[in-house]
Amino acid sequence: MPAKKNLKYVISIGVIILVVIILFVVLRKHSSVKTAGKKPIYVGVLHSLTGTMAMSEIPVKNATLLAIDQINAKGGLLGRKIVPVIEDGASDPSTFAQKAKDLILKHHVSAIFGCWTSASRKAVLPVVQEYDNLLFYPVQYEGLEDSKNIIYLGSTPNQQIMPAVSWLLKKGYKKFYLIGSNYVFPRVANMIIKEQLKAEGGTLVGEQYTPLGSTDFSTIITKIKAAKPDVIFNTLNGSSNVAFFKQLMSAGITPKDIPVMSVSIAEVEVKGIGPKYLVGDYAAWNYFMSMKSKRNAAFIKNYQAKFGKNAVVDNPMEAGYFGVYLWAAAVKKADSTNINKVRQAIRGISFKAPQGLVKVDPINNQTWQKVLIGKVEPNGQFKIVWKSSKSVRPKPFPSLISDEKVTAPGVIVKRKNWKRCYEGNCLK
Amino acid sequence: MTLDTFLSLTTNGLSVSSILLLVGLGLSVTFGIMGVINFAIGGFIMIGGYMVYVVQGIIFAHYAGNDSFAIFLLALPFAFFAAGFIGFILEKSLIRFLYAKPYESMLATWGVSLIFQQLARNVFGSNNVVVNTPVMLSGGLHVIGGFQIPYNRLFILSLSIVAIVGVYCYLYRTNSGRKIRAVMQNRNMSACLGIPTGRIDSFTFAFGSGLAGIAGCALSLLGPIGPSMGEHYIVDAFMVVVLGGVGSLAGTIGGSLVIGMLSPYLEFITTSSMGRALVFIFVIILLQWKPEGLFVLRNRALD
Repeated sequence: MPAKKNLKYVISIGVIILVVIILFVVLRKHSSVKTAGKKPIYVGVLHSLTGTMAMSEIPVKNATLLAIDQINAKGGLLGRKIVPVIEDGASDPSTFAQKAKDLILKHHVSAIFGCWTSASRKAVLPVVQEYDNLLFYPVQYEGLEDSKNIIYLGSTPNQQIMPAVSWLLKKGYKKFYLIGSNYVFPRVANMIIKEQLKAEGGTLVGEQYTPLGSTDFSTIITKIKAAKPDVIFNTLNGSSNVAFFKQLMSAGITPKDIPVMSVSIAEVEVKGIGPKYLVGDYAAWNYFMSMKSKRNAAFIKNYQAKFGKNAVVDNPMEAGYFGVYLWAAAVKKADSTNINKVRQAIRGISFKAPQGLVKVDPINNQTWQKVLIGKVEPNGQFKIVWKSSKSVRPKPFPSLISDEKVTAPGVIVKRKNWKRCYEGNCLK
Repeated sequence: MTLDTFLSLTTNGLSVSSILLLVGLGLSVTFGIMGVINFAIGGFIMIGGYMVYVVQGIIFAHYAGNDSFAIFLLALPFAFFAAGFIGFILEKSLIRFLYAKPYESMLATWGVSLIFQQLARNVFGSNNVVVNTPVMLSGGLHVIGGFQIPYNRLFILSLSIVAIVGVYCYLYRTNSGRKIRAVMQNRNMSACLGIPTGRIDSFTFAFGSGLAGIAGCALSLLGPIGPSMGEHYIVDAFMVVVLGGVGSLAGTIGGSLVIGMLSPYLEFITTSSMGRALVFIFVIILLQWKPEGLFVLRNRALD
């Protein structure tokens, strides 16, 4: 049937032409940004806009864009406009690596703001090292890493997990049950917690890992009931949390019986799980939306004006936001966007963020911040029940589990006379 | 192992089985009749879950008692027909071109499931949506000691029993059900006898999709409602269908019982990750012994 064959050709050529036109339009839109005389500064914004992490990462991308918009509204940086190039990491580490490479080689960005999971950060790390660029990483993480090409904006274990464990022990919760998703962050976090329990006199009554995204916790809950812990320390990530808390409640375990301390549940997740399943449970962070300060009120107001009046903000979003300001301060100080000069300038630089003063540590590129512990309220906000008296120094290599330390950004050396200690409590 | 633990592991097993049964039922019907490996089943589960949200959070948003049991029950037919309707359209526009092409159907339906997920993200946002468990279903039935059976799991168990009885009655007691079975057993012969196989196909696919929608409603009681809520169940559902024997109702029940009852015990004895691996190993060994599955459907066509 030659007529039909011809039709096929016509259709496929039509489709090709259509695709080319669409590509052309998209690319033109990309490059038609008007610059006010001077050349703009391009920065990469690399988050998962699709896939399982999109739920958490899209708000961080939004907060990053808010900071860029605010700086542009005030006349830009060094008199130049900042132009964000947004790429989708698609919840897939190798896509993250590819997109980071594209941002650096095709778009010549001066910095990249992005990543969430440790897997995506570890995929982007060799790329920013090879092409010598800067990644601003906005999420708390497990530590045991340092690079001169990454500025870590979230907390290290000693700024979140370890103070939370100490606080629980002081409150009289001695028997811990550890539950986490099966990947690097929960595994390392629990390795630290186990050592800390030994050092500070708590006991471990159980430890369980489930695959990312799993939704049946009935057996784990049976095990928890049999183990009778005082507290559950939760490092589950993503939507598994929804299933875990719903099923915990329907099995008759309430926060009054066994409270849960979480380190990956912030306001955004509380909203997604439903506050009624969490009221009375705890979380440890460096920022809560409920913090009372003028700067925080302004941050929330500006965010909601741009992204919806019911939008909630949380710690990683706040970090995504102040990360841009830290970078901008360094660019101003260096009077250049040259990576080497910015990297020198950012050591020790500080910014008054919504959470309070944050500072980049001059030795290890990680951020000084206060530690907060919050209790979930019925409205989905956290009531702050404890905070550290002063800003806590970031220690990516806790001496409890690691015999290494950082002496300069990216320079990791072995400790001499290594002792497993945390705040004066040492293991033999 | 104390009595408490034993009882709760057994009820956990029954409850996991009932969920797998609901998910596997829809898959088994479509897989059996058309030989289409339908990876989009996760999408239909998701549609079912979102229908609970639509009914509870949008249609009845301003009604104070919107977390009542009655409204949740109302969501069930919504989910069945919404998922069924979308399934019907999908069959007419895509699946019918892929009959007897298992690899192409696998890839195409996988793509469709990605499209579904992104659509859900665009319509409902990337965050999970919250559905309130009906008050009647929260809490549980105290049996002895510290052991209680959650009401929502009892409800899912009864829902799956109703579903299986319904599907049985439909396939074995009604005229159109008989036609479906006829096509399942021998497509060519059925066509010769005047059964409109094309129409039966679309209808069966829609029916299977609707069942997946019901499964989505049930899952909304246990876990998150989000764009990727169905993904997690695809592998388990296929395992149930393959283990039980393709296209056989008894097989789906058997497969879901074996996998559902086995996993809590294995998980309890070892760890969650190890338990899952052991279930897989068990299924592989079982399939070596019975490659056609536990319950083989007798096929009168010459294969």
